[in-house]
Amino acid sequence: MKLFNYSYEDTVIHRLSGLTKLLGFMMLTGVVMYTYDIRIFAFILAFSFTILRIAHIPLRSLRLIFIYVGVFLLLNFVLSFLFDPNFGPKTYGSTTVILPIAGRYVLTREQLFYQVSKLFKYASVIPLGIIFLFTTDPSEFASSLNAIFVPYKVTYAVALALRHFPDVQSEYTAISKAQQARGLDISRKTSFWHRFRNAVATMVPLIFSSLDRIEVITNAMHLRGFSKHRSRTWYSRRSLKGRDAAALGICLAIVAGAAGIAVFVNGGRFYNPFV
Amino acid sequence: MVKDPVIEFSGFSFTYIAQKYPTIRDLDLVIHRGEKVLVVGPSGSGKSTLGRCLNGLIPFSYEGELSGDLRVAGTAVKDSSVFELSKTVGTVMQDSDAQFVALSVAEDIAFALENDRVPQEPMKRRVAEVARIVGVDGLLGQSPQELSGGQKQRTSLAGILVDDVDILLFDEPLANLDPRTGKYAIELIDEIHRGRRLDAGTRAGDEVPRTTIIIEHRIEDVLHRPVDRIILLDDGQVVADLPPHEMIASGHLTAHGLREPLYVSALRHAGVEIGAAMRPAYLSTLDIASGRDALLTWYESVPDPPEPSIGEDVLDVRGLDFSYYPGRPVLSDVNLSIRAGEMISVVGTNGAGKSTLAKLICRFEDHDAATIYFRGEDAVDLSITDRASFVGFIMQNPNQMITQTGIYDEIASGLRLRKVPEADVEARVDRVLAVCGLERFKKWPISALSYGQKKRVTIASILVLDPKVIILDEPTAGQDHRHYTEIMRFLKSVNDLGVTVIMITHDMHLMLEYTRRSIVLDGGRIVADTDSSAVLTSPELVEKASLKETSLFHLAGLVGIANPKSLVDRFIRYEEERRR
Repeated sequence: MKLFNYSYEDTVIHRLSGLTKLLGFMMLTGVVMYTYDIRIFAFILAFSFTILRIAHIPLRSLRLIFIYVGVFLLLNFVLSFLFDPNFGPKTYGSTTVILPIAGRYVLTREQLFYQVSKLFKYASVIPLGIIFLFTTDPSEFASSLNAIFVPYKVTYAVALALRHFPDVQSEYTAISKAQQARGLDISRKTSFWHRFRNAVATMVPLIFSSLDRIEVITNAMHLRGFSKHRSRTWYSRRSLKGRDAAALGICLAIVAGAAGIAVFVNGGRFYNPFV
Repeated sequence: MVKDPVIEFSGFSFTYIAQKYPTIRDLDLVIHRGEKVLVVGPSGSGKSTLGRCLNGLIPFSYEGELSGDLRVAGTAVKDSSVFELSKTVGTVMQDSDAQFVALSVAEDIAFALENDRVPQEPMKRRVAEVARIVGVDGLLGQSPQELSGGQKQRTSLAGILVDDVDILLFDEPLANLDPRTGKYAIELIDEIHRGRRLDAGTRAGDEVPRTTIIIEHRIEDVLHRPVDRIILLDDGQVVADLPPHEMIASGHLTAHGLREPLYVSALRHAGVEIGAAMRPAYLSTLDIASGRDALLTWYESVPDPPEPSIGEDVLDVRGLDFSYYPGRPVLSDVNLSIRAGEMISVVGTNGAGKSTLAKLICRFEDHDAATIYFRGEDAVDLSITDRASFVGFIMQNPNQMITQTGIYDEIASGLRLRKVPEADVEARVDRVLAVCGLERFKKWPISALSYGQKKRVTIASILVLDPKVIILDEPTAGQDHRHYTEIMRFLKSVNDLGVTVIMITHDMHLMLEYTRRSIVLDGGRIVADTDSSAVLTSPELVEKASLKETSLFHLAGLVGIANPKSLVDRFIRYEEERRR
């Protein structure tokens, strides 16, 4: 399973310009970041899963990511409670006890609601990111970042990193196997500290061979005029079309709707069902 | 034709910033417009540095001290820049994989245009035009990584030709190619050199070929197509600068550690005096008449090599199947048995399954079905670590295997990980250091070693585990003749100690000179398991394995030896005895 796995498919989402997808991603994540309304999060979550379907991204291929995210969310859920079990009551201005546990650790409806909303908040950003990474060609991604005034040297560095990620991944596997053959045990049989040291030992050759690779790539790029001018053009940049306008329109509508709910219904960032 | 100098070195020297002595010393050299020149020299002769001076990477990316004068197309390089030079000199680098910067063929070709801020419309037109010229127009949407070796070469060439450069510089274009693809690459370079210019329409009547400089040490392979001159560099200076026939006849090449074409060596062994008049640079021009009798007499005088003695079975693989995805087998029904003390080549085109086979034997991957025996014992259930105690795998790039900073620790690592007591570790490492001729480096850091020495360390770190078989992936890739000989003699000495050596290779010389037996893989199946000399004299096997016939095969045809395999066998035997 490769993490950044762009592959071209002929779907509406793939055909959108990278710039549209970047702006859409930023707008929707902006909404999720700013508001704190579980109804909005649920809507965006449903919306992004619909987009995943439209973009023909099979959920099976995302299993690993979902597992990682799930573990992270669970950890976050537990830690939030441990660090501040009273954040919910403070925020919503009321306290409805469900179950006192020990000392200040009292489970309240407000805290539960706050944490479940938070879970939805994080969970709804993930599919948005996946859609962006899986349907945007790395060079187009670079050109879209460049279009919103990020210097092209920076955007190209990002694109190159994405592009070489699979190579580095398979090189890591090869190196790791060679070390296992010599007797390095990276299985779960050994202690965490031991495994960590062994993983570091595998990184050393990877770093050196990556440095060699970087020298070759840099030379190749300079020999073809990279960094000669302060700007450059892009072969793969797509001009904005009708569908881009439509997509941006949908995103804007969501932003406007969310802003409306925040200002006129919730009277602030938080949706408070306890008043 | 009026000679119009396009590259002029005069009294030119260059010293890399970290080095004490100049890599190029007081060099005088002129290359004229339209010439096709082959620059040869052993590793460290300064030939790659010469290339970097021409394309401006020196002093742009590699700092150092420049003196004397170098003019490219009339402009002093001192007053130019890597960017300006890239409009005149197009460089095709050795590792075409690494020089791809884009995700699709089209974008990669467009890269230089993008950097020149060419608008999208004309850019797309130009890319289409160049793609047609080099014949990749059907592949524009593909990822460069998915291309075959030959298509990759075409794509990187297209990426250079979009600028319509006057001078083409090829830095070891054959280093990463199998022999057949290398042959096509040389043909393509020749075609591009002789014409088919991008702006042919607007430049009607411009018959001057494109100036082409090929830096390469595989001389016989480059001479598949004619060149105007061969320039021999050693120690940073021009040792000889001669037309090809004169250069081959002169014997300078072997004197400077380079390999001359095999058919020329054969003629020399037969006592034939090679003169420029014989036109020996190309098989197609070779005038054999004066040497035929001597060659035949010599051929009759060398006996066939003796049949090798056969040892016990050390490695047995039966019915091996493997696929990454169901229904797309990588290997199917592979059967082979290897005997103790053998030295074997595994050959085949890229993707034929050579490396996968090695990985399966060492359990870097898990097979779908197979029985594997190590010395008659079932090895299927052995772990990757346990298999490694019997079969050691050595990766192509030593930097991918080395994890420690000191040589001793690196070699000891496998033993320590196997919890061998430290007292035994030292004794075993010392023994291996002696075998590998590394005793005096025992306390050295690895960073102080050359590439070949590092290779030795990685082999030592496997040998210390006392395996009965070692498998090497492309042990000599990218090495010049001297380093090749060094590595191969070392492997031969390891083999003489009783270790069975299996090599995955594209190197026809290696096959012929060091491994009597070759296994040919094609489409995941073994299509031949026979004498290397038989493989390289069989047009059918040569085609399947992406090799090319050895020139001795054609020489046999020229002088009328009915059994070319026997000429090859006798040639190898003769050379082996001379080396003793």
